[in-house]
Amino acid sequence: MRPKGWVAVLVVAAFVLGPSGAADAKHPIKIGGQCDRTGATKLIGVELCPGVTDYIRLVNKKGGVLGHPLEYTEVEHEYRVDRGVEAYERLKRDGVIATLDYGTPIVYALSPRHMEDKIPAITPGFGRADSLDGEVWPYIFSMAASYWSQVGGAMQYIKDNGAKKGAKIAYLYFDNPAGREGIPIIERIAKKEGYQLRHFAVPSPGLEMGPQVIDITRRLKADWVVAHLFGRSPSVSVKEFQKAGFPLNRVISLVWGAGEADAEAAGWDQSQGYLGLQFAAVGRDLPVIKEIIQMYKDEGKEAPKYVGGVYYNRGVLIGAILTEGVRLGLQNFGEPLSGEKVKKGYESMKNFSLGGFLPPMTVTPQDHEGGGWVRIYQVKGKEWVPVTEWIRGYREEVIKLVNEANKKK
Amino acid sequence: MINRECGVFQTTYRGDMALYPVPLAKASYGLLLLVLLALPLAADSHKMAIINLIGLASVGAIGLNILTGYTGQVSLGHGAFMMVGSYTAAILSARYGMPFWIGLPAGGAVAAAVGAFFGIPSLRIKGLYLAIATLAAQFIIEWCINHITWIGGGAQSSIYVPTPTFFGWEINNEYRRYFLVLPVCVLAYVAAQNLVRSRVGRAFIAIRDRDVAAEIIGVDIFKYKLLSFAVSSFYAGVAGALWTYYLKIANYEHFILSTSISYLAMIIIGGLGSVLGSVFGAVFITLLPIVLVYVVEGIARLFGFTYFTIADFLANLRLIIYGGLIILFLAIEPEGLYRMWGSIKRYFRLWPFSY
Repeated sequence: MRPKGWVAVLVVAAFVLGPSGAADAKHPIKIGGQCDRTGATKLIGVELCPGVTDYIRLVNKKGGVLGHPLEYTEVEHEYRVDRGVEAYERLKRDGVIATLDYGTPIVYALSPRHMEDKIPAITPGFGRADSLDGEVWPYIFSMAASYWSQVGGAMQYIKDNGAKKGAKIAYLYFDNPAGREGIPIIERIAKKEGYQLRHFAVPSPGLEMGPQVIDITRRLKADWVVAHLFGRSPSVSVKEFQKAGFPLNRVISLVWGAGEADAEAAGWDQSQGYLGLQFAAVGRDLPVIKEIIQMYKDEGKEAPKYVGGVYYNRGVLIGAILTEGVRLGLQNFGEPLSGEKVKKGYESMKNFSLGGFLPPMTVTPQDHEGGGWVRIYQVKGKEWVPVTEWIRGYREEVIKLVNEANKKK
Repeated sequence: MINRECGVFQTTYRGDMALYPVPLAKASYGLLLLVLLALPLAADSHKMAIINLIGLASVGAIGLNILTGYTGQVSLGHGAFMMVGSYTAAILSARYGMPFWIGLPAGGAVAAAVGAFFGIPSLRIKGLYLAIATLAAQFIIEWCINHITWIGGGAQSSIYVPTPTFFGWEINNEYRRYFLVLPVCVLAYVAAQNLVRSRVGRAFIAIRDRDVAAEIIGVDIFKYKLLSFAVSSFYAGVAGALWTYYLKIANYEHFILSTSISYLAMIIIGGLGSVLGSVFGAVFITLLPIVLVYVVEGIARLFGFTYFTIADFLANLRLIIYGGLIILFLAIEPEGLYRMWGSIKRYFRLWPFSY
């Protein structure tokens, strides 16, 4: 750390010795995040993390946030908890005022630290559904539909497409905490609507799903399937349903089974009609993605293939939310910016949608989820195309469950 | 540790069997303790976090070394025993309001019982077969925590614990957590050092070297194998409980199979059958990936790249260097860092007047 000390000395010396123009340029704002470009879930990390950094690069190209350039630090953690702790402590030491926390177990482990240090974390698509309640979890912002809201959206779609009382619904889930998180909410909705619901657990590593699928299609004769799988397993489920002759337009996957890689692994031809949930728009025909592609062109480079893909766009969402929180914090609460001000910045977000790229996100001190919007996409040809607008369903049930879960603690 | 033993001649058995037979050793250990106590003055909270992670890993590694290094029983279930300790502590603290100084030994005790139970197959099977039997422990315990609601506390299988306090002193930052981790580490280290030179420790070593011979000279194999599993799991349980209080959450995903394997890697790299070696291994395995992050960033800067343009390459380069270094260290010294340390010490034994 010695070089840093010298730098500090030099900077101080520069200020003392020469009345330079350095004071005109606004100081950079430090934000940080974790990523896993290696490790268990690297297939997502290698596309999601460039989304974050590309968006921040775009912001800096366009003059930064109210004149301040953003300085984003990414720390690789291999999806391991001890490395995640170290990564967070490193970011904290470097003085970041807002972070992206990456990975469900890491979010679990770091949540208490964010409360202690008053540095807000965003955890889109990870983390706990009950952290929606900003009064209990003031420094944790899920900022995208939690698993509970996702199940709510999926069930709404099912209802809108003709599910009646007595309809048979199968919940196919990966047998880990994240996979099981959907159970309490889906049970409640099924009870309310009078559906017949059955769970089907897929044990890790989830590459063998024949028995569950036969159970669903032959014995239960399900009308709809809500699937909550991770990694390689969504593609296995698609293949098995296809083999069993089950119509794929009645299988709805939550967000981590709805990427290009999943359809590609199952075969695009075999996964026609497969439904998936998204919390950020997909494709290149979106204003912000077009700007990023233009930025690559200006640099004389071709935009990488993954730009516009599902996971890349989720990375852009993360970058956009971090930026917007910093901007609102600066604009509404002034300098010097701190973690607490960014937190208040997030909480003053209103109808932030980035030109249709995001759902209309409205965050309040109580609702740290931004409304819990999702959009249903379907595999058609070789891409995911939207079949609904931004929707949400059973919001009261979700909120009720969140309150109950937080009261229990 | 660092001491020169020339000119020291023991005249009593008592002196010869002392934990620190050389007078200078006592001084050097005392000095080390002082340095450890003064460490927070010199380190920022990021460095304290790394030191704490090393401390947490050391306790677990010492435990596994008692079982695998000293008694010769390979275990792939160490992570699971840490899980048991972790959830025991969390249940006691979160549901029954117990302080951490009850949760720590209780976590150890419950893990010891569970560990001894899963050690029973070791009486009949050995080597790789035992490794697979302990692998079963890993999966069975994980499944139980996941599916028994009373243990895991529901769908998320994780339990938050309140901030641990020591007579009103809240342990809520890295510096304070250091003083939670350090005493446990020192106790674990000293206890293990004493255990392995006792009658029990000699029995463990006899079983490791040749169990039939050990039985012939009168070592009760049944008793000592189970004892070894129990002691090792006690350490694992304490380490798991310490993790719980360190993170303020018990979540089984910290202790999955890859954790068990990385603990095995620690003791193999540090030195099987050495308490100090376990600590070396814990330092190596915890610190190396973190140091390499800085190293690869430095390499990128050296060649004029910014981090983000080649982030994927750097992440994988780091893994390649990491794997390469492990192979290199094992190739240079198959008996581990402890042996390397010993060689260095031997070289300086009569320095500068060596013959």
